[in-house]
Order: sequence, then C-alpha cells, then structure tokens
Amino acid sequence: MLIAENVHKWYGKFQVLRGVSLTVSPGEVVVIMGPSGSGKSTFIRTFNALEDYQQGRIIIDGTELSADLRNIDTIRQEVGMVFQQFNLFPHLTVLQNVTLAPTYVRKWSKAKAEEVALQLLERVGILEQAQKFPGQLSGGQQQRVAIARALAMQPKIMLFDEPTSALDPEMVREVLDVMRSLAESGMTMIVVTHEVGFAREVADRIILMDEGLLVESASPIEFFQHPKEERTRKFLSQIL
Amino acid sequence: MASFWRNTRFWRFAGQAISVVLIVAALGFLGNNLFGNLRQLGIQFGFNFLKSQAGFTIGDIPFAYKPSDSYNLALLVGLLNSLRVISVGIILATAIGVTAGIARLSDNWLLRKLAIVYVEGLRNAPLLLQLFFWYFAVFLGLPSPENAVSFGFISFSNRGIGLLGLQLSPEFSALLAGLTIYTGTFIAEIVRGGIQSVPRGQWEAARSLGLKPGLLMRLVIFPQALRAILPPLSNQYLNLAKNSSLAIAVGYPDLYAIASTTFNQTGRAVEVMILICATYLTICLVISLLMNVYNRSVQLVER
Ligand SMILES: Nc1ncnc2c1ncn2[C@@H]1O[C@H](COP(=O)(O)OP(=O)(O)OP(=O)(O)O)[C@@H](O)[C@H]1O
Ligand SMILES: [Mg+2]
Repeated sequence: MLIAENVHKWYGKFQVLRGVSLTVSPGEVVVIMGPSGSGKSTFIRTFNALEDYQQGRIIIDGTELSADLRNIDTIRQEVGMVFQQFNLFPHLTVLQNVTLAPTYVRKWSKAKAEEVALQLLERVGILEQAQKFPGQLSGGQQQRVAIARALAMQPKIMLFDEPTSALDPEMVREVLDVMRSLAESGMTMIVVTHEVGFAREVADRIILMDEGLLVESASPIEFFQHPKEERTRKFLSQIL
Repeated sequence: MASFWRNTRFWRFAGQAISVVLIVAALGFLGNNLFGNLRQLGIQFGFNFLKSQAGFTIGDIPFAYKPSDSYNLALLVGLLNSLRVISVGIILATAIGVTAGIARLSDNWLLRKLAIVYVEGLRNAPLLLQLFFWYFAVFLGLPSPENAVSFGFISFSNRGIGLLGLQLSPEFSALLAGLTIYTGTFIAEIVRGGIQSVPRGQWEAARSLGLKPGLLMRLVIFPQALRAILPPLSNQYLNLAKNSSLAIAVGYPDLYAIASTTFNQTGRAVEVMILICATYLTICLVISLLMNVYNRSVQLVER
C-alpha cells in the first residue's frame, strides 16, 4: 500500500530525514512516536507531497510520488490527512467542508456528495451540526469534521499528525474513538501521536523516530515491554 | 424599574441626541456667517442660474447635448461622464489589481518579477504625470484610425479605443488607463496582503484534499482573504472616485471640469463648490455603503 525507501530531506544545510524506510500493508495501523523535532511530521507530510524530499523513493498504491504533477494529484486523492490544528475552512459550513473536494475534485453531483457527507457526519457523530460553521463547534467536534472531510474523498490511506494534541483532555476521547472505529473498519492508517493508550490498543506496529532516523519498529507489546533499542527505552522512560 | 439616569439605553440615546444638536448648531452658525458675509459683499446666493443657457460645447457626451442647453444639462453630462469613468475604472482596477496581487505570490519567477516591477514602478509615480503620459505619449501618439493597432475586438488609435463598435475618446481612454493602472498597484498590494493573511494550514488542508491551484485559490483562499481585503479596498475605490477629478488635466469633461467651466462663466463660486462637494460626497457614500454591505456578507460566523 505504501512503500517509502531511504527518504532523505534537507532544510538548507539541516538534514531532517536521514534515510527513513517504511512499508505499510493494506489495513495496517502504524503509529509513529518520537521526541519533538525528530522529523515525524515532515516524514508523513512527504506521503501527500506537502513536503518534498531530495533522495529516496515513495510509492503509494502503485503510483510513484515524483515531481510529475499528475502523480501528485492522483496520490493526494488516495491519501487523506488530518492535522493537529483541524484546518477546517472557516467560511464554509460543516456540510460544505465535507462536500467541497468530492464535488470539485472527484466531480460528484451535489446530491451524491451530500449523501456521502451526511453518512460520514453521522458516522463521526455530528450530523446535527451539518449546517453550522466550524467556529461554532468545539475542538473535538471540529476534528471529527476534519476526519469526515478527509474520508469523503474515499482515500486508501489516512494520515494523522497529532490529531488530539490541540484538544482539551475531555475531547481527546471522542476523537480517538472515531479513529479506533475507523481502524476497525479496515482503513490503512499512519498516526503520529503521543497517546500511549491508543498506540497500545489500536496500532499493529509502533515506530520510533529520532533525529531523522527510524530507530525501532515493533508490535505494541514488544515496543512497550521489550524494546530492543536503548534510545526507545530512554524515550519510554520519559513519556510513561 | 431602574431610574432612567442609570439606564445604559437612555445614555446611549442621550449621547446621540446631544451630538445631533451640536452638529446642527455648528452648521447653523457657519451657514449664518456665510450668508451674512455674502449679503455684506452684495453677492446673491441661489441655484437659479443653473437654468440659463450654458453656451459651451462638450467633447464627450453620453446623450444629445448642445450649447443652447442649460447648465443643469451640462452638469448632468459631467456627472454621467464621471460615473462612467469611475464605474468602469473600479471594475478594471479590481481586475488588474487582483491579477497582479496573485501574480506576486506565484511560483513562476518571471510572473512574480513582472508583478513587482509593475507595482513598485507605478504606485510611486504621481498620478498626474501618469495621466499626461497616457494622453500625450500613448493615445495621441498612436496612428490614425485607418492604421489602428487592432487585437480582434479591440483597437487602439489616436482617436481612442474602439471596442465592439463603441468608440471611446482618447481623453476617456487616457484617464481610464491612468486611473486603473495606478489604482491597480495599490489593490495588488492589498490583495497580496489579504492572501498572505490566510493561515498556511488552509493551503495545506486544501492541497491535501487534492484541490488544484486555481480551485484552491477560488474556493478556499480568496473567500477568506476577502475579509482582510475589503476594508482597504473600499478606500482605494474612494481614492479612484476622487482622483477621477484629475480628468481636467487631459481635457475629459467630467463633473469637476464642467463645474469649473460653469464657475468661470458665472462666477458662482459658492454654489459650484457646494454642488461639487455634495456630488462627490454622495458618490463616495454610495461606494462606502455598498462595500459595507458586501463586507458584512463575508464576515465569518463565530459562536
Ligand atoms: N520549514 C522548515 N524550515 C526549516 N526547518 C524546519 C522546517 N520545518 C521543520 N523544520 C525542522 O525540522 C525538524 C523536524 O520537524 P518536524 O516538524 O518534522 O518534527 P516533529 O517530529 O513532527 O516534531 P513535533 O513533535 O514537535 O511535531 C525540526 O527540527 C524543525 O525545526
Ligand atoms: Mg509534528
């Protein structure tokens, strides 16, 4: 489903990614952990070309991500992304946020786009808010709309970049529940998060990144109970 | 019920009432002074002179006007000429400004540099100079209509611009070109600032959904940028309206030009002044009002 091979990226002289490789199979849920500044966001943002990279290869669902604009367009339709700051479009209603891309990118009819959008809004539990504007919703509700918005494009992979970090504690739960049920439905997911509980219960695999390198990749049990790397043990001692 | 002097609504009303009384009193005092002085100098006041024959010809006429018509009609020609150049000017300046503002943020190096040269080059040169340039150097320097420079439905000659059978005089064309290109530079900067005020996350979210640059700008970025763009944009529209009175420099018979002729012939300085002020004030208030209505419609709904 997703193959990243030896990805390198520099910001000027500063090297953010120093040869990271990752393979994700269909239906797999991969959680990425690691200290601040280790390159987690940069890494997953290369998967939908929000960041470019200078060396290596990324292949998503058979399409190689290159400078070819057509490939970038194809891949962006296959990859959904949820951001830490929600990034809902504040001038559009919740329903319009969700139908925008399907109507203009997938070219669905308004009726079809709305039907799908309403189903998704029901799935994430905010059907009643469909006609409101993002500014009228709580953070947790906004993030659930953002998930529905990404799902409306019917992506094959969903990327989450610290989706609960900007939320008040009492709202973290409602967003994680939506993500958990999404994982159970078989969605391929790559999730950057510091939520240990979520990682333990939902992840098929946990990855530790540090200083632009992939340090460890293991099942949740191994990762938390028998980490192989010294760096992982140190990281765990800081967050647990 | 609380006593009325502790009621906020009473005080808000009282404040407004007091302001109105003060303003009326001040205007009354000034008006009284003015008419007193005029009487003392033996100058009569009144607008009846407008009904007498104007006696001058006008180059650019939107309807059949002849010198035997009244000053009223001559001034109406001027007003319509002003409104014509202001309204077309506002539309074209907006189109040029939005294009240049977006071009300044383009990924295309050449486009970006061209936009910078346009904006930085032309917003710092005095408008009057630019009007002279457009009139004397460009339009009067063009070939005669037989040899007009023609691009499909639009042609340029020393008789002005020909557009789909419509002939626009060189005076109108020069004024329009000067006003729109000058005002366009300021609008470009406002548009650029407005676009840059939209958070990066909005671009990223739109890109991650697969929206291509054109749609991304039109559906996501521009509607949000409008909130920052509209208030300073109204100012530019007002400037354009007021600057249109420089028409006289290139001999375009706008309201100000015809009012000046009227004053020269009749010596009615006060009345003509009042007419000019009231008209420009009305035009500007109407622009302001329309822009305020539009501005309110693009504000975000918050909780
Ligand atoms: N546009 C940029 N220009 C220069 N350096 C950048 C830029 N964006 C990120 N960096 C640097 O790259 C490094 C990795 O950043 P990244 O955001 O990927 O880290 P992260 O692991 O997601 O951290 P966090 O947990 O704080 O979100 C950081 O040191 C950051 O300062
Ligand atoms: Mg990050």
